[in-house]
Amino acid sequence: MAKARIKVPEVVKRGAVFEVRLLIRHPMETGFRYNNVGQKIPKNIVHTVRCMYNGAEVFHAELFPGIAANPYFSFFTTAEGSGELECVWTDDAGVTTSERAALTVSE
Amino acid sequence: MICAQPNRLSRRHVLVGLLGCLLVPLGRARSADAIPEKLVPLIRQAAGGMLPQVGRVSLILPTLAESGHSVRLRVRVESPMTPQAHVKNIHIFSEKNPRPVIARFSLGPRAGRAEVHTRIRLAGTQRVVAVAVMNDGTAWMAGAEVVVTAAACVEGS
Repeated sequence: MAKARIKVPEVVKRGAVFEVRLLIRHPMETGFRYNNVGQKIPKNIVHTVRCMYNGAEVFHAELFPGIAANPYFSFFTTAEGSGELECVWTDDAGVTTSERAALTVSE
Repeated sequence: MICAQPNRLSRRHVLVGLLGCLLVPLGRARSADAIPEKLVPLIRQAAGGMLPQVGRVSLILPTLAESGHSVRLRVRVESPMTPQAHVKNIHIFSEKNPRPVIARFSLGPRAGRAEVHTRIRLAGTQRVVAVAVMNDGTAWMAGAEVVVTAAACVEGS
């Protein structure tokens, strides 16, 4: 299964505001839980998410343990040109993952 | 005897009681804008030292959440989102979670619409506060009360 899903409209009119939906598969371990032998499960959450539209940052989020497991975000941006939307996120284990979605802008 | 004093419920008592009924919701409406004491320093810090004004932000959360593990949150800020006037940051705070800061979002004029949806964890029935900081330095906020039936597990179990 993919690590994440990005959903954007297939075709957007130039200048229109469209919604971007991002779903990341991640346990978002809070660091407050214990395992069945009483040891603390180390904290491991996605702490930073950045989304770039043709290289320019359009969304940035700093996350804390209060975000639910498998974090979901939806935000808006303005269609400026065809290209791609790339989201990059990093967790406490230092793993950086990215996902892209292609976008077509009509005149 | 049950009906020993039939005149006890006087006209005056009834009127005072009715007036009381009217005042109860008013008192509640006032407390809805109040921010939890614990969050005041954090909110001040987010808003650059001052307390944000109430308004322009709408924070939509379910009034009742069956599970605190995943609660839908929508935050929307009234702003033209132009390079001259736009929302810079949106902060989400929780009253009772062990970590009161839930998330910080950064937006810009390219967003077109200042609206973010996500899902949060809530450790019990509490108040959630959203603070929006504009590019001109002003800050606005909104709060929402959520009743959580089963809290997200944070009590070390």
